[in-house]
Amino acid sequence: MAFIEIENLSVTFHAKGRHVRAVEGVSLSVEEKGSFGLVGESGSGKSTILRAICGLAPVTGGSIRIGGAPVPTPRGRAFAAQVQMVFQDPYASLHPRHTIDRVLSEPLAIHGAGDADRRVMQALTDVGLPTSFRFRYPHQLSGGQRQRVAIARALMLEPKILLLDEPTSALDASVQAETLNLLARLRAERGLTFLMVSHDLAVIDHMCDRVLVMQHGRAVEELSREDLAGSRMKTDYARSLFEASADRML
Amino acid sequence: MTLLSVKNLRVTFDTEAGRVEAVRGVSFALGRERLGIVGESGSGKTMTGRSVLRLIRPPGRIEADEMIFDGQDLMRASEKDMRALRGQRIAMVMQDPKYSLNPVMKVGAQLMEGLRQRDRIGRAAAYDRAIAALEAVQIRDPARVMEAYPHELSGGMGQRVMIAMMLIPNPDLLIADEPTSALDVTVQAEVLKILDDLVKSRGMGLIFISHDLRLVSRFCDRVLVMYKGRVVEELAARDLMQARHPYTQGLLNCLPRIGGDRGPLPGLDRAAEWAN
Repeated sequence: MAFIEIENLSVTFHAKGRHVRAVEGVSLSVEEKGSFGLVGESGSGKSTILRAICGLAPVTGGSIRIGGAPVPTPRGRAFAAQVQMVFQDPYASLHPRHTIDRVLSEPLAIHGAGDADRRVMQALTDVGLPTSFRFRYPHQLSGGQRQRVAIARALMLEPKILLLDEPTSALDASVQAETLNLLARLRAERGLTFLMVSHDLAVIDHMCDRVLVMQHGRAVEELSREDLAGSRMKTDYARSLFEASADRML
Repeated sequence: MTLLSVKNLRVTFDTEAGRVEAVRGVSFALGRERLGIVGESGSGKTMTGRSVLRLIRPPGRIEADEMIFDGQDLMRASEKDMRALRGQRIAMVMQDPKYSLNPVMKVGAQLMEGLRQRDRIGRAAAYDRAIAALEAVQIRDPARVMEAYPHELSGGMGQRVMIAMMLIPNPDLLIADEPTSALDVTVQAEVLKILDDLVKSRGMGLIFISHDLRLVSRFCDRVLVMYKGRVVEELAARDLMQARHPYTQGLLNCLPRIGGDRGPLPGLDRAAEWAN
């Protein structure tokens, strides 16, 4: 049975009398310890799906199940202990006036987990940061270091699922490589399930077993990793996306 | 024929924390071709591009043995001469249309402003020229885009508007600083195609600044690879996969590939001597 099951999900935003259908009737399922990718152009609704799972976007139709049970609204602490998100921009997603220590210990305080001191040190070590960074502020770190902090924060509660929204697109190539390696290692060590959004097909191919191509809020085509590498697409849109990424084969 | 020749370009910033050398002795020559400059953040690629237009504010300083554009020494040109060159003969497309277009001015007014002020042409003629420029970058509905504000356009449309604006005076040299980084791959391919057609049909020189090595190798004729303010390697774009310098090789190797083996990606070990 699938660990994450999304059926016929719709997300509609209402603003000034206009309806924007960001996601329309998308279904997907991810196995436990699996890794699933979402690709598509901006505005295709891929990030909105992650946000809807977290309760950051309104679910207006369909269902989201995790481990067989429908997600509660509001999501609540039990959900947060199981599902965490890493955002795209490490410059925008960390509080500029909170130290790394505060960023990392806040989830522990909310969930009443003890032993904060040891856990914060361990979390920094786990993502490959020196423990001397503990009392620094985000502006004292580079983009790649900040993204490591964001990953450490997401892992503080030892969740089962990580939702990754373009986790490396703001980073340089060599830093991207380090971050992808870190994510792959953590996934293997902790048996995490990934649901990952990226516009870079090479990143998705490197990290994910299956990928869903999206356009205008709808699912276009689901591909296995083998289909992608062998360019076995059935739809024109998936093919055009693949061809635009042809230099990613080199 | 050489359009631009730069010898020993240096950009330094005197800051409270000491001297920062952003560009350290870069030399290159450009004909009517597509030259790519690649490097990671902080490598000095943007500063190199901006230096050509002398667009570096104090405390930054530009020094060069020579910076000759079409027979004119840019290092000795007066501010007035530079103003005559900027936009007219050397144009620059910036990275992000969100920050580079005036948010409170309609696209049409921004496109026509230069024509009206600089070329002193009438409103109707300026309107026609602006519409033609939008058509040249394949905007399907130019009359609507003329009436739109920048926030009403998508990223790809905004970037096309920027390119259209820069191409109106028909410059000899276009400097494009990460023109497609904010765009999706499919839109990126369209914008590159437009740039490519324009370079070919108008015989412009193009300096294409990007962090994306594979994109540059596909799109440009020649590539300069920069590291810490220096050019570490210059090579023909088609030979990029046979790069010699360990930094260029490292940059290529750390990229994931479609159909790759999914093993850990090699890191980039930076040797201290590359910076010298």
